[in-house]
Amino acid sequence: MKPKSKILAKDYLDKLSTGFESSVMPKIEDYNTEKKKTIIYIGAGTCGLGAGAGKTKVAVENYLSEKNIDAKIIEVGCIGYCTAEPIVDIELPEKNRISFSKVTSDKVDALLDSVFAGKSEGHAILGQFEVDGIKPWTKVPKIFDHPFFVKQKRIVLQNCGIIDPVSIDEYIFKGGYKSLIQVLKKQSSDEVISTIEKSGLRGRGGGGFSTGMKWRLAYKTPSDQKYMICNADEGDPGAFMDRAVIEGDPHRLLEGLAIGSYAVGASVAYIYIRAEYPLAIKRLKIAIQQAEDYGLLGHNILNTGFDLKIKIKMGAGAFVCGEETALMHSIEGYRGMPSPRPPFPTESGLFGKPSVINNVETYSNVPSIIQNGWEWYNAIGTERSKGTKVFALSGNVKNTGLVEIPMGTTVREIIFDIAGGIPNKKKFKAVQIGGPSGGCITEENLDIQIDYQNLIAVGAMMGSGGLVVMDEDTCMVDIAKFFMDFIQRESCGKCIPCREGTKRMLEILQNITAKPHNYQGNQALERFRGVMQLEKLGHIIQETSLCGLGQSAPNPVLSTLRYFRHEYEAHIFERVCPANKCTELRKFKILIDKCTGCTVCSKKCPTNAIIGSKKTPHFIVDDKCIGCGSCQEVCKFEAIELI
Amino acid sequence: MLGKKINHRLHEKQNIEICFSGAVLEKVNKIVSHYPEGKQKSALLPLLHIAQEEFGGSLTVDIMDYVASFLKIQPIEVYEVATFYSQYYHSKVGKYVIEVCHTGPCAICGGEDIAAYIEEKLKIKNGETTTDGLFTLKTVECLGACGYAPVMQINTEFYEFLTNEKIDQIIEGLKAKTDKPENLKWAEKYC
Repeated sequence: MKPKSKILAKDYLDKLSTGFESSVMPKIEDYNTEKKKTIIYIGAGTCGLGAGAGKTKVAVENYLSEKNIDAKIIEVGCIGYCTAEPIVDIELPEKNRISFSKVTSDKVDALLDSVFAGKSEGHAILGQFEVDGIKPWTKVPKIFDHPFFVKQKRIVLQNCGIIDPVSIDEYIFKGGYKSLIQVLKKQSSDEVISTIEKSGLRGRGGGGFSTGMKWRLAYKTPSDQKYMICNADEGDPGAFMDRAVIEGDPHRLLEGLAIGSYAVGASVAYIYIRAEYPLAIKRLKIAIQQAEDYGLLGHNILNTGFDLKIKIKMGAGAFVCGEETALMHSIEGYRGMPSPRPPFPTESGLFGKPSVINNVETYSNVPSIIQNGWEWYNAIGTERSKGTKVFALSGNVKNTGLVEIPMGTTVREIIFDIAGGIPNKKKFKAVQIGGPSGGCITEENLDIQIDYQNLIAVGAMMGSGGLVVMDEDTCMVDIAKFFMDFIQRESCGKCIPCREGTKRMLEILQNITAKPHNYQGNQALERFRGVMQLEKLGHIIQETSLCGLGQSAPNPVLSTLRYFRHEYEAHIFERVCPANKCTELRKFKILIDKCTGCTVCSKKCPTNAIIGSKKTPHFIVDDKCIGCGSCQEVCKFEAIELI
Repeated sequence: MLGKKINHRLHEKQNIEICFSGAVLEKVNKIVSHYPEGKQKSALLPLLHIAQEEFGGSLTVDIMDYVASFLKIQPIEVYEVATFYSQYYHSKVGKYVIEVCHTGPCAICGGEDIAAYIEEKLKIKNGETTTDGLFTLKTVECLGACGYAPVMQINTEFYEFLTNEKIDQIIEGLKAKTDKPENLKWAEKYC
């Protein structure tokens, strides 16, 4: 009997670690000798599970046991194409892995029947993974030629949705942990930091500070204890890439974190993660345990004298904890409130010790940079921004999900080529980039190349990389109101400009979208001063808030004002919502010649705003109408019209 | 004012004896040991998660005071943290807590209508619990699943691309389940 692959992966690691001393490197093929059998991969990230991957898995298991087929089922993370979930990949022995989309439980039997018979037609194929020397499927395109993938360059996401996230062996056989071993065996802290500095990697969490420089600052600060922190408190509306990376490839994050800890000289690392991500926490826990079992974390790693303990710290639902000083207060068991800098965390951070804090995506870039060299990474991207960036697509767009593109790709390419454009033949209106701290990009700016500076020049920012696409039916004042509502709820309340200012901005927005008749006191006056005050207040909040979140809090409003001022003005002066989204500003009228007086609408009206007797045309009392539109919905004679 | 008993604004202290025990106590001690000497307060967040789950689903003054004494910190230090984070509850919640996202990306795709439909269906308002103690409805900020909007989270499960029909199915499905509340515990596992 052949030994199991698990033992061999460990052997390979040991050989690898001596290999860096003797320069005789082991070959993966010699150690990955497990006999090929049929493998069925099921996309079981949060997106897959929500789309019914759990039921699909049960159906596959039933099928296999009924037909007595020996096959392995592996739950993988999200490949990024969330709209296509549940995705099922099938790898027959001696045949390429082939991927199918939208395999709900009812489609399993038919799909497996035909695939086991060697046929792939008639099912929603995404494509096949090409491997040298293995027989390809005929007439099946390569998966990475699919329009969703072809323009992507996958570094951080390279294993997501492809390997088993809870198997350290698979990660190792994909070249994982080689960078960590190389660093521990051959490189000094200084060399590692230089590599990262020269690669041009910048923080992917929002600020865009040079990662290498941050590490250097912490490295230079003398201290008996240093901390490495991973910020996985992803709370920006529109961003969900950190979750997908942890769910799909947790070992990549651990490796990056370990390399960083070694470079800086930290022996304890914390991963601060949202409590809303239970699946990610679960997989991360398993991954840490596996890495400890293999001696890649813990005490005296690979006999190099380097110790590292990685601990998970779960949040409790506070957006502001994504700010680095607030996050550290939260780890210490305080309210998550930011504190002024300096001192910067690299001098005095967690428990008063030098600490480095980076986000998940930043760390996940590190293993590839070490493995391929800084020159390789530096060659990707634009003059000023290097590497790739993962963007999360959501809103009114055909293909939602995660895309990783090289810097310099245009926004148009992402939305129209990769994401397939706007559904239902609607027109594109704007895209909110970088969550509530970012801004809008409109049609005229769609062709800018994405990098840190270009985005700032058009009033947006990279942020964490959320792209919320909006079609022509979206009201920009309404959107600004949603983001403002979010920010004022999540403001920690420590500094006055953010706590009071965001609340006042929200009130102004509520005023200009409210029904004109219901004014009390000087509300009518406030309404007219709206735009002027919004701008003034926005700039004050930007200039005087304590932390980055407060300073960027007015961005959604200022940015929509910059590009959609006419919409604000229509709300204020003409009292209409051009997109007809703000219900209170809507007005309905009854067409006398069509109304039969059936009284259905007057019964349905929640405010009794429709009057009229049976069999005679009805009438809407404007003062009472709240614009909900329920009368229009119930009218069978199309007698009610939006003015 | 000296000597006057001050009550928490949300609850009166009832002086109920509360204590971690058995496996939970072991777990809690392990969490405390994760942090440097003298910094045991850092364990406050996970301890509150566990205490909330262990002692009935919400944090009363008695529970918060016990956690304070366990960590040897002042009760006020626990109150200020427990009232800051949105996942610590101060009134009783149902067996299933339905958290509907109503932030921007979900709102564009109809998140508000979903919340309104659940309110109508369960006949409760946001923040309330059904009389049978099964469901609590909460609208929450971004759940980080914007690609599959509108979404909601019920305890630890996610439900995506919601429609009224899906909600009907999900709620009927949960009503039919006979899970004991113990089976739904997760904080102890994840903290």
